[in-house]
Amino acid sequence: MSILVLADLHEGQLAGATAHVVAATQAIGGDIDVLVAGEGVQAAAEAAAKLDGVSKVRVADNPVYAHQLAEPMGALLVELADGYTHVLASASTTGKNVLPRLAALKDVSQLSDVIAVDSADTFKRPIYAGNAISTVKSDDALKVITVRTTGFDAVGTSGSATVEAVDVVVENSQSSFVKEELAASDRPELGGAKVVISGGRGMGNGENFKLLDGIADKLGAAIGASRAAVDAGFVPNDMQVGQTGKIVAPDLYIAVGISGAIQHLAGMKDSKVIVAINKDDEAPIFQVADYGLVGDLFEILPEFESKL
Amino acid sequence: MKILVAVKRVIDYNVKIRVKADHSDVDLTNVKMAMNPFCEIAVEEAVRLKEKGVATEVVAVTVGPKAAQEQLRTALALGADRAIHIETDERVESLAVAKLLAKVVEDEQPGMVILGKQAIDTDNNQTGQMLAALTGLPQGTFASEVAADGDKVNVTREIDGGLQTIALTLPAIVTTDLRLNEPRYAKLPDIMKAKKKPLDVKSPADYGVEVASRVSLVKVESPAERKGGVKVASVDELIDKLKNEAKVL
Repeated sequence: MSILVLADLHEGQLAGATAHVVAATQAIGGDIDVLVAGEGVQAAAEAAAKLDGVSKVRVADNPVYAHQLAEPMGALLVELADGYTHVLASASTTGKNVLPRLAALKDVSQLSDVIAVDSADTFKRPIYAGNAISTVKSDDALKVITVRTTGFDAVGTSGSATVEAVDVVVENSQSSFVKEELAASDRPELGGAKVVISGGRGMGNGENFKLLDGIADKLGAAIGASRAAVDAGFVPNDMQVGQTGKIVAPDLYIAVGISGAIQHLAGMKDSKVIVAINKDDEAPIFQVADYGLVGDLFEILPEFESKL
Repeated sequence: MKILVAVKRVIDYNVKIRVKADHSDVDLTNVKMAMNPFCEIAVEEAVRLKEKGVATEVVAVTVGPKAAQEQLRTALALGADRAIHIETDERVESLAVAKLLAKVVEDEQPGMVILGKQAIDTDNNQTGQMLAALTGLPQGTFASEVAADGDKVNVTREIDGGLQTIALTLPAIVTTDLRLNEPRYAKLPDIMKAKKKPLDVKSPADYGVEVASRVSLVKVESPAERKGGVKVASVDELIDKLKNEAKVL
């Protein structure tokens, strides 16, 4: 078997997600190549070459792949996919955007958000917001898969794969990049943070999310939110944890003023330790929390911060 | 321009699902069904584009069983002008849905196709992208803003870590994210009027598309239940437990 992994980039650098995808690939077995595509991505390619288990890094460095727009990325993957039995990417917004195009153009199905590998053709993936886990078997000659990174521990970085340039350049006159507004934050990225503290509707308004800042600073945590908090306009959608937002599985997840709708639980219930702070002692979040504290978050948060 | 909107009948957002005892699938018997929430946002966006004068006609389409006509009637009540029902009882995968929609795009020649980014049953997040690939049209996925301007559309996308704006040539495929708009509720007179709007019924065979699945469902299980823990009485006790019991601080 021969597997191609599409590397995830974050601001031109190799994103942490890729090491998890390579781990999923190792569970399938076979030769592993990583494709790094973008503009000015040599550093990312060198970082990918260090991932354990990777035999070869293929680099498509060209302005047409800048920002990894779906149309040229899909076309590039179609050009490169022949000879591979599997093509994997993380279930990031890039992987989700690009991989279905490859699948459709190769006339194969795609398996999204895979969390476990049973064999080279059989995989587990959550459905219904993670309220059921399906085991699916693909009969397609080419398996196109996005991987939920929380399902696989990252591989190490003691490898030394060869790096080679890919000279495929595709045309793209249909889509162009206009601008990007990335949340500027010194905090760890939500998907990869060891500690996540999230606020829900109980926070009352966006201003009150500042109460989480000091705690996040002390714990080195990322800050998340429930969909209810996003819908209420308290915080931007990129902070959303849940079925339709980010899926996280940190060592410690602190849910503040979050009732625990099934769609939110879908995004965080694989966390190692869950703490819930809520004034309603009947809130469903307490059914999944290892430690629950019933009370007024506006009193608890400052006290918690000062005692950390 | 004409806008095509794809909708899907799924389990209601608020229903807690059960896995069948034989683990063959999820049990949908007597479960409340509804339009997929992201599809509601897609319909709303299309109707708003019509209200702004950007769109001239909104056509809703679904692939699914007879009962899925309820969701098409909902789309018509919300402001779609007519509907196409591609009727099948098969478990139709994203790729087959995309192939059917590609045929509808060929017939209808819409200026824009709007779909939900994912359905809340299979959580695949594939159909719009596959449709774009099959029709050779550009895609703006996970949209939080759609601004059509002449023969172009600017789509602002919800990406990991923030927002990205891209410009696409029209026709284009757009998939909706949560914050694109807040869907309206259908009013009773509109629900009555929707019953008289045209609804064409077709079959996958009419489009020459094979819908048999390529992926077999081996089994469906409930996820490992997470056991609730303990309630602590104070912040001090919480910190003590996190430090000394869970050892995460």
